[in-house]
Formats: sequence, C-alpha cells, structure tokens
Amino acid sequence: MTIDVPTTRRALPQLQPVSFIGADGKTTDVPTDGLTVPSDRTLLGLYQKMVEARRFEAQVTHLTRQGRLATYPSAAGQEAIEVGATTALAPNDWLFPTYRDTAALLTRGVPVTEILSAFRGDWHCGFDPHEYHTSPAATPLATQTLHATGFAMAAKLKGEDACTLTFLGDGASSEGDTHEAFNFASVWQTPTVFVLQNNQYAISTPLREQANATMLADRAAGYGMPGLRVDGNDIAAVFAAVTAALERARNGEGPTLIECLTYRMESHTNSDDPTKYRDAEEVEHWKRFDPIDRLETHLRRAGVLDNDTAEEITASAEELATSVRDAMNTDAEVDPSELFAHVYANPRASLAKQRATLEAELAAAVQS
Amino acid sequence: MTVTALTTADDVPAPVSVTMTKALNQALRDSLSEDEDVLVFGEDVGRLGGVFRVTEGLRKEFGPDRVWDSPLAESGIVGTAIGMAMAGMRPVVEMQFDAYAYPAFEQIVSHVAKMRNRTKGHVSLPLTIRIPYAGDIGGVEHHSDSSEAYWTSTPGLTVLTPSNPADAYSLLRESIASEDPVIFMEPKSRYWMKDELSLPVQTAPMDRAQVVREGSDATLLAYGPTVRTALSAAEEGAEHGLSIEVVDLRSLSPFDDETVSASVRKTSRAAIVHEAAQFGGYGAEVAARVTEANFTHLSAPILRITGFDVPYPSPKLEEYFLPTAERILDALESWDWEL
Repeated sequence: MTIDVPTTRRALPQLQPVSFIGADGKTTDVPTDGLTVPSDRTLLGLYQKMVEARRFEAQVTHLTRQGRLATYPSAAGQEAIEVGATTALAPNDWLFPTYRDTAALLTRGVPVTEILSAFRGDWHCGFDPHEYHTSPAATPLATQTLHATGFAMAAKLKGEDACTLTFLGDGASSEGDTHEAFNFASVWQTPTVFVLQNNQYAISTPLREQANATMLADRAAGYGMPGLRVDGNDIAAVFAAVTAALERARNGEGPTLIECLTYRMESHTNSDDPTKYRDAEEVEHWKRFDPIDRLETHLRRAGVLDNDTAEEITASAEELATSVRDAMNTDAEVDPSELFAHVYANPRASLAKQRATLEAELAAAVQS
Repeated sequence: MTVTALTTADDVPAPVSVTMTKALNQALRDSLSEDEDVLVFGEDVGRLGGVFRVTEGLRKEFGPDRVWDSPLAESGIVGTAIGMAMAGMRPVVEMQFDAYAYPAFEQIVSHVAKMRNRTKGHVSLPLTIRIPYAGDIGGVEHHSDSSEAYWTSTPGLTVLTPSNPADAYSLLRESIASEDPVIFMEPKSRYWMKDELSLPVQTAPMDRAQVVREGSDATLLAYGPTVRTALSAAEEGAEHGLSIEVVDLRSLSPFDDETVSASVRKTSRAAIVHEAAQFGGYGAEVAARVTEANFTHLSAPILRITGFDVPYPSPKLEEYFLPTAERILDALESWDWEL
C-alpha cells in the first residue's frame, strides 16, 4: 500500500538574505529571489523617512534620560524594516505593530505625542486606530499576529481591499501565538504579511538560545506559505519584499513570512544594560551595516542625493526633533474621571459609584 | 420568571418542549439571519455542529463563510476574533470545554477585556466567547471546570450564565448584540434541560438577576447549573417548613446589587451556591458585597455552599464534590434560627 502525497512542495527560502544595496553602498550580486529593486526616486523618499526616524529615536532616548518618558524601547538600527515595510502599505491596509515599532507609527502618520503617550504614561494607546488604520501597539508578545490575521480574514470575507501587516521579533517567534497566527493565516489564506524583525536579541537572550533553526523564515514552509529572508538593513530589499508580499495578498494568494535580519543598536529599553550581554566588537561589527549610511552612499553615487537635498532632509529631521521636544517638555493634563470612561460601552452602576468616590476625593483635595 | 414572546399574539406558535441546546442554536440562527456581520467559528462547530450540537445545521444554512471549523487552537480562535471585531464583525466563538479556554486566557484578559480601554473608547469589541462549563456530566479530566472567577475578576468583561432555555436564548441574543465583549458560560449539565417555550423570547435584561422562587426565611443565590440544585433545596426545605427564596444571578459581571439586596433584606439570610472551589471564588465576592450593603438587615452570616478546594474530581467522585440540595439544607442548619 502507498499513501498519496501532494506532488508540489514549496521551496525553502534562499539562505543568502536578499540584499540589493550592500554595506558599502554598492549594488550586490546576491540572487534577488524574484524581487524587483525599487527606483532611486522611491529610495530617496525612504531615505528621508529613515533619517527622520533615526533623529526621532535619538531625541526620544534623550528625553527618556531626562525623565520625560517612563521607559523607551529604541528602534535605532531597525529603521529600514519599519520604514520600508510600512511605506509599502496602502492607506486602506492595516498595521499591527508592537511596542518597538515607533518608526513604523511615524511612517504611518501618527502624531508624535500620540505615539509617545504610552511611554510618557498618559494613556496606553494615544491614537485612534481607525484614523490611522493602525492597531494599538501590542506589548504581550505575538498576540498582535493573531489580530492581524483575524482582521485580514474579515476583510477577505467582506470582499474589502485591505491587507494587514504585522511586526514581530525573534523572541516573539517562540511564542505559541506566532505559530497559531502562521497556521490560521495560511489555512484561511488571509491577506497578511508577517514581518519578523530578527534583531538578534530578546532583551538579553541571543538568537542561538532562542531558536535552533538555520533561519526563522524556514518556518513558513511548515505552514504552507512562502517565506523570504531579506537583509533588514537594506531598505531596498525590505520594501521590495513587502511590496511583493502585499501584491500576493491582494491577489488572493495568502500570507507571507518575511524574516528581516537586523540588529538592535540600543538596549532593549533604557532600563537594561546591553554591555552585560553583548560585546562592543559585535556592536561595532553591525554599525558597518547601518541602513542609513549605506543608502546615503548609494544615493549619492547614483546622483540622486546632493548636498542641498541632504541639508533639507537634515533640517526636516531637526524640525521633527524640535516638535518632539516641545511636546514632551510640556506636562500633559490627564483627566482622572477618564479612569472610568472607557471600560464598558454600557455604563455600569458599580463604576458610577467608584467614580463618585474619586470625584469626592478630588473635590476635597481642591478645598483643602 | 418573566418571559415575553417577541411575536404578536396571533403569530405565537404553541409552546413546544425546547432544550437549552436548541434555544442556544435558535439564538445563533436568528442572530446570523438578522445581521450579516455575525460570524460563528471554533473547533468542530461547522460540519459536526459542535460537540454539544449547539451550532447544528448553521453551516449548512449560512454557508462556510459565516460558520466554519477553525484550526484547533483556542488562543488563535480568540485572537483572530479580536481582529475580526476590530474590522466591524460580530464574531461568536466557541471554546468547546471550560478548561480548553485556558490557552486563550492571555488574549481574553490582555486584549478582549482591555481593547476599549486601551484605545480610549475608539475600538469596541462586540465579541461573544461561548464557554460550556461546570461538571455533573461524567466528564473526564479538564472537562468540568468552573472558571467564572477568572473572568469576573477581569474588568472590561461581561460574564453571563443562563440556567434555563428561555434565558439561554434571550441572553445569547443580547450578548451578540452588545458592544461589549461577553464571556457566555453555558452550564453543560443543563444543556438537555427542557421547558415549554415559544421562541423567540425576551426574558429580563442581561444585567438583571431574577427571583425564580419566592420565599421569606432565606435567600439562595445561585447561577447556571446550581439554580436547579437551589430550587430542589427550596422544595425540600418547604417540606420542613422553611420558606426559601431562590435568586438566579444570570449576570455574574455586572452584579445586580439591587435585586439581590432586595431579596436579602426581605429574608435576612443568604447563602451562595456554586460548583467552583470556595477559596477566592466568586461566592466570596458575593458574600462581601451583600454584607457591605445589607449588614444591619442580616440575621446570620452569609454562607457559601460550593465545590471543595480541590481540583475537579473524576466522574466517580463528582457526587461527593458537587453541592447538593442536602448539603445546602445542612449548611442552612448551622445558622442560629432563634435570632
């Protein structure tokens, strides 16, 4: 007796991450895995967004040291992924970010004060998700991958032209929800793109202690979906991969997993000390792959970026930093009664009573 | 119990014998018919019609885009339902068995309960999570848990549990229509309970408890599977000259202080009956709340007649574990009735 087996089998992703622009700013000879290199005009736009995102990270990190923010997980070094992937989205698509994806939120057009409200301690999510087609940033690991899958399923059922893109990290890839999301998305063939930011560390735990796999993109094959591995510090490769995955999704061809190799240049948040778990040599090594430097070299060589344009971009980034400083150096007013305002759609008597208690305390405090 | 027929007098079909399972099935069918955003999915809810047949025939009637079998993963079911609700759908998902909902615990407490709050009211999750719960069906390990305290101690969730077919229909319809997420706990041992009923019906609003038997000497507070047990105790008590009032809580969160306090003030004695273990259980909250609001009206301490503080036992030990009418009456004897 023989058992019938399917005759087709998905190929595993190519081992060498797709990279169009190498660390030296020159075009690489890495196989493209079917991806199309973006135009230099597109790359110039992406370059500006990365410069602004980097300046934003630096400013916010500084403000955190001054005690203006409770905590901050910097995305410095990962701008190519967050800016590149998010720019590829259409306005009607939805983004499902995590706590580190501030560069993505910036790219999505969320105002700086609304991005930072969680870290400043004003409110968990400071923006209206419907306005920016962006889910609140998830802090529990990998939970958002399922939300993205469900949202895409609803869009598919309704026949709406909306894809979802969700970010997850190498640490989150160990969570059960990641497995469930990959499986559900593939079984349901939802228009979802999973962008795995493999930044080598989950707080302090290195990748080799996180996964005993040659590469995380290989996991896609087990779920029956395509996996891709790209150089996460080459925005041209990230943008091309996500654009292609979104096109597949829009054509009804289902989800894609894209593993982006990168490195978290700063600590996990300002609360941990990265010198305890990684050596300076490694950090120096990765600095050579900086996503902004290499694109700048490339664009200058291609004659798309000159000194005037570079200055304009720097000025625009400075303007953003100033707006961040201005906004964060002002103490935001919080309304205590909002504690009770958004718990239920249908008001509850028990909450009305507790709200009255708080209001009485506040009134008494004003009198004394 | 107040039951209002939703059709005009001429249209009302003659009452027929309806099981709770059938009432729930009809509630799902009517919700699916009325609102195309309603979706039903979960493990085995499609072709099989659910292991308890609550979703029987729905896939055939509404098609696999409205009712379908999901992969076997509870966190995945709830997590994707969150995304669907964010996209404007009204998913109704099944957790198959109480203890099988635990893998979805994180999605429920971290996201379902908090999404509205996190987003300052911008995102509602009109999502119903059906959980068949409690024991007394001879189930093997992990098939008989009473997990209500986990959900009721989570702000943002509404937790309902019907004890009879009419409420099963009416409360499920209201859950699906609600903008707030609902944990809908179905007492498994009452799935086959029948009542003479003409569906559709509308019973009391979902946040209200109901006095299901009037009495003057003591109040038994019960919900889901223990309502029938409490009613048996009241009947037996009557044979010994005790007039026992029984209140069916129906909504565990929010808690209907008004109805419960009115009953307790009338009888001056109260006991809460549930299957879940006692320590840190839902009964502790009820006892504390009722005492705070009615201390001077009480002639006796509020008692808890509950499952023991042990893991839910094997089928052959269930009868020693579950609160029975006798155990309830024995407990009431501990009160000083002279006071």
